[in-house]
Amino acid sequence: MLLHLFALLVAASTAVLIFAGGMVTSTGSGLAVPDWPNTYGWFMWTFPIQHWVGGIFYEHTHRLIASTVGFLILVLAVWLWRAEPRRWVRTLGFIALAAVITQGLLGGLTVLFYLPDPISIAHASLAQIVFCLTITIAVATSPGWKRGYPRGGLAPDDRVLQKTALITTGVVYLQILIGATMRHTDAGLAIPDFPFAFGQLIPPHWDPKIAVHFAHRVGAVFVSLMVLATAGHVLYHHRSRGPLARGAMLLLGLVCVQITLGALTVLSQKQPIINSFHVVTGASVLATSLVLTLRSHRVRFRRESEGAASTGRLGVLTAPGALSTRSGARA
Amino acid sequence: MFSNCASGLGGRLACHALVAGVLITACLSSACGGGTSDEAPRPAAPVTNPVDPATAGRIGGKVTLIGTPPAREKIKTINDPGCTGTITTEEVVTGADGALQNVFVYVKDGLGNRVFPVPATPAVLAQEQCMYRPHVLGIQVGQTLDIVNGDDLLHNIHAVPTANGEFNKAQQFKGFRNQHVFSIKEVLVPFKCDVHRWMTAYVGVVDHPFFAVTGNGGTFSLEGLPPGTYTIEAVHEKYGRQTQTVTLEAKGSQDIAFTFKTSQGSA
Repeated sequence: MLLHLFALLVAASTAVLIFAGGMVTSTGSGLAVPDWPNTYGWFMWTFPIQHWVGGIFYEHTHRLIASTVGFLILVLAVWLWRAEPRRWVRTLGFIALAAVITQGLLGGLTVLFYLPDPISIAHASLAQIVFCLTITIAVATSPGWKRGYPRGGLAPDDRVLQKTALITTGVVYLQILIGATMRHTDAGLAIPDFPFAFGQLIPPHWDPKIAVHFAHRVGAVFVSLMVLATAGHVLYHHRSRGPLARGAMLLLGLVCVQITLGALTVLSQKQPIINSFHVVTGASVLATSLVLTLRSHRVRFRRESEGAASTGRLGVLTAPGALSTRSGARA
Repeated sequence: MFSNCASGLGGRLACHALVAGVLITACLSSACGGGTSDEAPRPAAPVTNPVDPATAGRIGGKVTLIGTPPAREKIKTINDPGCTGTITTEEVVTGADGALQNVFVYVKDGLGNRVFPVPATPAVLAQEQCMYRPHVLGIQVGQTLDIVNGDDLLHNIHAVPTANGEFNKAQQFKGFRNQHVFSIKEVLVPFKCDVHRWMTAYVGVVDHPFFAVTGNGGTFSLEGLPPGTYTIEAVHEKYGRQTQTVTLEAKGSQDIAFTFKTSQGSA
């Protein structure tokens, strides 16, 4: 249980980091600290607080939070290695660690090379992957998942739901990629009005920025449709299954909030806080869809969870010497 | 840890990623700084001025703005307590009778293949009370630009040219200096401070000494020009560019006028 709570803390802190990173871009502070990994020549953790002003505040706090999240993921990876009987979950911990290290390097590269679009977009995109990894670990270490959601929460092997949820998660991530491209190519206000485009349904003229901005708006429509399909399927076929139904309702609510924030971002001329909440809410939509996807696939782990349950080795802290006996437990 | 993480595919991938990350960091640490070198190779320049002073003339004039200019607004969000005093926008600054300040005026064409000596004295761009001084500056290709922090604050000096290399330097304290040499002519190179987002400046980089920046009266004067036919360009950060063709006789003096309108776009 402690491991699961810690995994939740890591996932939550990653969401905070995504918001902080959003504020960096939203306030144009990406190059307010010209050097990396130091901060104006200081070691990052000793940079005087009286200098945390202007754009430096956003960039420097982003780096501090990122370092903290990196450390938390390191602890999580080691803890999983020491205590987690399932190999695939231990592997996820190491992948998350490698991903967050790569993410830190991308962040440094993007500063040292003056925010080149491809690296900045990659940095934004990998952040979502890291977040998804922490979410997956949190789900996999949860008591509900380990027990297979015994209180009627486990759906039968609903292949339609599994595919729909998976596609929805993919579409949401693609929409986030388009959004990151739009932000880092300065196309956020390429279409200055909402809900129309220059007063019309489709832009009357085009350039690359207008194209990527409009693609993001069209993507929002596809995301909404897929979320409606997934949530509708859950609420029609599995309304009594709490872990699925709650996830579906939350997903619907988050998409509504996200669309509202997207509109407000344009109408407010990219007010930084609204803009950054739009970023982190997008990450929340992705996370919720991912959780729903994972839960819809949980039934496929039933065989391994029955085997692990009979030996009682799920989530038990063991000494490193006992690693070879844990390889059979998977759920 | 490494022996254990090498046991599965995911673990091996993670190990490889870690090693790659360490190698990349090591390479970056030795090449830290990014971008292009400040010290661009200077073009060879003759010692003497190719213009015969006996025939040199002058082109001068005035730049005005027609229409009601936007008010110079006070910057409301001063997110650094070290920035004291009233700070106002400098995008459009006008004087009496619509005189437009901060217009970069220079000879765009007409000097032929003449090569001019590069001044040994640096041009200076200073940061004072959280503003750039001057707001618009002219410099020659190969001439040193001395960038000085006149505030006891952290500034970064971030140039965003299109032809020359981008750079972004930290200036930690009062008196801190960076020097830069532009190798390609470019009008205008934007400068900004990412810490204090209202701070902007523009530098016109040309390969000759015939340039000026209009002051309070909106006037300019390009002295020491050889006789010939010239394209003179006036550039304003908000109202864009205008050109005029002027023919100058030996020891002549010509006055021209540039008129910008408030309905025009930016440079």
